[in-house]
Amino acid sequence: MELLKVTGLRAAYGHTRVLHGIDFAMDKGAITALLGANGAGKTTTLRALCAMVKTQGEIHLDGERIDGRATEDIVRHGVAHVPDGRGTFLNLSTEENLWLGAYTRKDRGAVQADLERVYGYFPRLRERRRQQAGTLSGGEQQMLAISRALMLSPKLMLLDEPSFGLAPLLVRDLFEILRRIYRQEQVSLLLVEQNAAMALELADSAYLIETGRVVLAGTSADLKRDDSVRRAYLGY
Amino acid sequence: MDAFLHQVLAGLATGGIYASLALALVMIYQATHHVNFAQGEMAMFTTYIAWSLINAGVPYWWAFLLTVVVAFAFGILVERIVIRPIQHAPVLAVVVVFIALLVILNSVTGWIYSYTIKSFPSPFPAERPFGFKYMSSHELGAIGITLAVLLLLYAFFRFTPLGLAMRAAAQNAESARLVGIRVGWMLALGWGLAAAIGAVAGMMVAPIVYLDPNMMGGVLLYAFAAALVGGIDNPWGAVFGGFLVGVLENVLGAFVIGNELKLSVALVLIIGVLLVRPSGFFGSVHVTRV
Repeated sequence: MELLKVTGLRAAYGHTRVLHGIDFAMDKGAITALLGANGAGKTTTLRALCAMVKTQGEIHLDGERIDGRATEDIVRHGVAHVPDGRGTFLNLSTEENLWLGAYTRKDRGAVQADLERVYGYFPRLRERRRQQAGTLSGGEQQMLAISRALMLSPKLMLLDEPSFGLAPLLVRDLFEILRRIYRQEQVSLLLVEQNAAMALELADSAYLIETGRVVLAGTSADLKRDDSVRRAYLGY
Repeated sequence: MDAFLHQVLAGLATGGIYASLALALVMIYQATHHVNFAQGEMAMFTTYIAWSLINAGVPYWWAFLLTVVVAFAFGILVERIVIRPIQHAPVLAVVVVFIALLVILNSVTGWIYSYTIKSFPSPFPAERPFGFKYMSSHELGAIGITLAVLLLLYAFFRFTPLGLAMRAAAQNAESARLVGIRVGWMLALGWGLAAAIGAVAGMMVAPIVYLDPNMMGGVLLYAFAAALVGGIDNPWGAVFGGFLVGVLENVLGAFVIGNELKLSVALVLIIGVLLVRPSGFFGSVHVTRV
């Protein structure tokens, strides 16, 4: 079952074109990675999916066209975006940040249960639940961003460089938890990463983006074997 | 000593009114980083609506409630019609629009109701409360109403999902959108709340200063001073500043500089704070890298 289908996606910041017609698709229950160098257009692709930049092209989610809708409405379709920079509400407490993640949900009882489940994944956040989120460390804020997205109980989670700025050991832990989350929740993941090795480890398929175009697509195993990917992005 | 105590307590009563209006200013400032110069005239205009209702025979508290509701709707309308189209305009353009709003509301009110000074009723009895000699019933009542409004606001922002969403939208609009908050509506709601608070302040101050289209000029200056003293981005600071300014104004006016120069207290405070401590006593200091 196809969850997300993107055709001819273009986007620009002012006069600077960043995406020149991107096509890709992912199935329900998949983990898909978008790989590429700095400035290739990975982040913009995720932002375009959430209507955070002006776009042309078609985006279908669950068979429904969502391009042209407002960000707030796309969220209501079950798309949770973990933005780069983590998007923490710095002056609110950790727990208030998490409640906000569930803002659009009506099932208050289930939200309470989800809060407990999220604390189960990240016990550190439970310890810091009353603390102002701005005082959390970078790693904790990344956990918070992922948890806030989970609180939506999303169909699709967009993860923008979850490894950014984290120590290598923390990155390993984080990806381990992402794998656990994926197994236990009914959620599909679209992952943008510069850390191609980690991303291909987690994802089942991947797209390679260069200067605003998809230049290579395939299963993670295919991409790992591809010589150009290996040399340019995996470094061996 | 008696006279001094009397001035302090009377100062607390007007201070509460300044605090409410300062709070309205801070609410809009936090959400949009603009200072609404028309806040006072909006309050004045809605106070006239209350006056019309009371004159038409509506019982005071019903008129009070109705006015708050109308003010809330009026605030939302102003945001939607006047402020929304200029949300990306440069700051000077916004200031000009605020001043235009001030002048328009002032003249329209004068045109409808004339500039003759009117008396405005107080809901509280004329005799001193419980034989207490330092304060009138209206002053005590105004403090009570102010505190009730502050408590309600605090509870709303602290304990309700909508209050949380409004705080989130004011802090980080992009992240707020990403959790599904309709940021534009949160701003409109903020304007509505600020206008409603202003209406309460107007109805509480009108029995003291009397009703006329220019009644809020002085009050707004004191509210500015209050917001700046407390820190324009800190609601608690604004409330504290309001009470402080009210007491200072009264005490200095009665014993030091005389009543004619009272308003200059506000101006001196504004300039003093801006010179010595621009972020106020409780405001956060912003450092920008250039």
